[in-house]
Amino acid sequence: MKKLVSLALVLVMAFALCSVGVAYADNPVVKIGVFEPQSGDNGAGGKQEVLGMQYANSLTPTVEIGGTVYDVELVYADNASSNDKAPTAAQTLISSGVSVVLGSYGSGVSIAASDTFDAAGVPAIGVTCTNPQVTAGCDVYFRICFLDPFQGTVLANFAKNELGASKAYCLAKQGDDYSGGLCNYFIEAFGKDNCVYEQFPEGTSDYSTYITNAQNQGCDVFFSPVSTEAAAQIIAKADTQALGMPILAGDTWDSNVILQAAKGTGVNINVTTFYQEGADADFDYGIKSWINNNPTALANNGGNDELAAVTVMGFDAYYVALEALKAAGSTDPADVLEVLPSVTYEGVTGAIAFDDIGDALRDSAFVKSCNTETGTWDFVAVATVG
Amino acid sequence: MDVLKTTLPYIISGISVGGQYALIAIGYTMVYGILRLINFAHGDVFMVAGLIMVYLAASLPLYLAIPLVIILTVLLGFTIERVAYKPLRTAPRMSVMISAIGVSYLLQNLALYITGGLNKNYPQIPWISDRITLFGMETSRVTVITPFLTILLVFALVQLINHTRIGMAMRAVSRDFETSQLMGIQINRVISATFIIGTFLAAVGSILFFTNYPGVVPTSGAMPGLKAFVAAVFGGIGSIPGAVIGAFIIGIAESVIKGLDTILIVNGAIGEQIGLATFSDAFTFVLLIVILVFKPTGLFGEKSTDKV
Repeated sequence: MKKLVSLALVLVMAFALCSVGVAYADNPVVKIGVFEPQSGDNGAGGKQEVLGMQYANSLTPTVEIGGTVYDVELVYADNASSNDKAPTAAQTLISSGVSVVLGSYGSGVSIAASDTFDAAGVPAIGVTCTNPQVTAGCDVYFRICFLDPFQGTVLANFAKNELGASKAYCLAKQGDDYSGGLCNYFIEAFGKDNCVYEQFPEGTSDYSTYITNAQNQGCDVFFSPVSTEAAAQIIAKADTQALGMPILAGDTWDSNVILQAAKGTGVNINVTTFYQEGADADFDYGIKSWINNNPTALANNGGNDELAAVTVMGFDAYYVALEALKAAGSTDPADVLEVLPSVTYEGVTGAIAFDDIGDALRDSAFVKSCNTETGTWDFVAVATVG
Repeated sequence: MDVLKTTLPYIISGISVGGQYALIAIGYTMVYGILRLINFAHGDVFMVAGLIMVYLAASLPLYLAIPLVIILTVLLGFTIERVAYKPLRTAPRMSVMISAIGVSYLLQNLALYITGGLNKNYPQIPWISDRITLFGMETSRVTVITPFLTILLVFALVQLINHTRIGMAMRAVSRDFETSQLMGIQINRVISATFIIGTFLAAVGSILFFTNYPGVVPTSGAMPGLKAFVAAVFGGIGSIPGAVIGAFIIGIAESVIKGLDTILIVNGAIGEQIGLATFSDAFTFVLLIVILVFKPTGLFGEKSTDKV
């Protein structure tokens, strides 16, 4: 009897998995892969980046390719912010027959999946992965954002010139390509002798010692371009331990997770980012009302309608993919890959064009600071290098 | 003096971390003492307690939410034992262990489903999360309260074990499962009581931990759980004072290693960064291996005698 019951249970569970429904539409469908973390350290950021793509998809659900109107379907794969799960997620997308892939948030997972995309010949457009390695060794990877050598230099210059810092404390996560890479470029530009560089292991929850380290070594600026999850903890500790120096970070921190954590505290936070809210009022209004009318989107955006730059970048990335599909005139990944280098697009975040290795030609970043009273970002400057 | 001033913050934060590990470690060590089972789900129960608090505090005042968190967590611990471990009482020990791993993953994935994998901000508990100045360093009040509360709870627990009927029953069961059953001890009650005490302490530990480090994710319980388990083994699994002392040693050592570079540089012992902070976790596990090699029963572990 027991055996029968357990067998029945197993069968029910197995069928439940298989019975995922398939929707049929009249138009032929072109699939765009969304290769983003939906869980793990970068889950919050990944979800915000996806929001932009979903909003773009809701505005422009069809595309005309070679004279035929196609419905655009976003196919999702969760890379779980983990370098060892990334190739599997990439393979899932390839197997479901996507024409082009968008993502990922977090450079590490993009690098880890680049071989998989390369082998399948499926082009990928990185949205906010800023580590140079993403496109450097990979022919199919493109990206629409600026790079870490640029961002690191902007941040180092800002620390030196605007904040008047002479000694910097740099904190990265061990084995994380994004924070480690950005710290290195920052240190290169700031001067190695004036930097203290430390790394924390995966699963760390006690950041108080790193705050104490920075204080004890007499640093003037705390540079920690880590995931937003760690950031929330660092901000809390910086407040209780009276850090006494400004915190500086990269594009990852441009998120309302940071705003919520910093609201009501006495912490001074500055970040560089891709987009400043208010730069395009119509766009801001449109996406905000979309987020507010969509409970899932609102939850994925952290419960309010404060725009993250990654969301806006996700929006632009979707249209770059559509441009590429139109130019290719077919849904075959190989055709898309062939035309991608010459695709240009005037996005909300600025003009997008690619150079020889597939990187975006971008030469400016926005610097914002966190207003801890209102819990919003204040615009500081547009920074360029050179 | 300078040495003291630069080192003190690390030691204080280490004691606080140690206190939190201790509260989790007791749950591991008690269950092991009685059932010879390593309850892998314990760290995740700790995480669930954190999540319950996040959701309850959103709709209830804190003076209601805190007791409710403790009650619900205890209920969860009790239910896990009844549903996942009790039916396997006569099965080989390995089956129970695998069931525990299953519960652990179930809890993590349920949390992943409910939270969507996003970091949940833990509510601020007034008074204990206030900022205070201690010997010229800024910290939160919870850092100071944790070790004292831990020691108080452990003291109460030891009294309970040594001076009450249920405590006596627990001691008897941990000595010899079958004989105590023959002597008329209701084994299921004793085991339930053990799980209730263990999860109660984990719930208190979770309130202290997340007030100090305010972010809950589905994997929040994994690392503290693992460290607490190492602490329990280090102190001698099955021994309550052992688990507490082991937890404090690991907490302090970890914290000091993270700051060792800075301590050495500030005091002029070394010229530049040598990157010791990276090894804080590695140290914990090396410690585990060393203790297992040289003293397999841990610091305060019972001597294993072969029963014929």
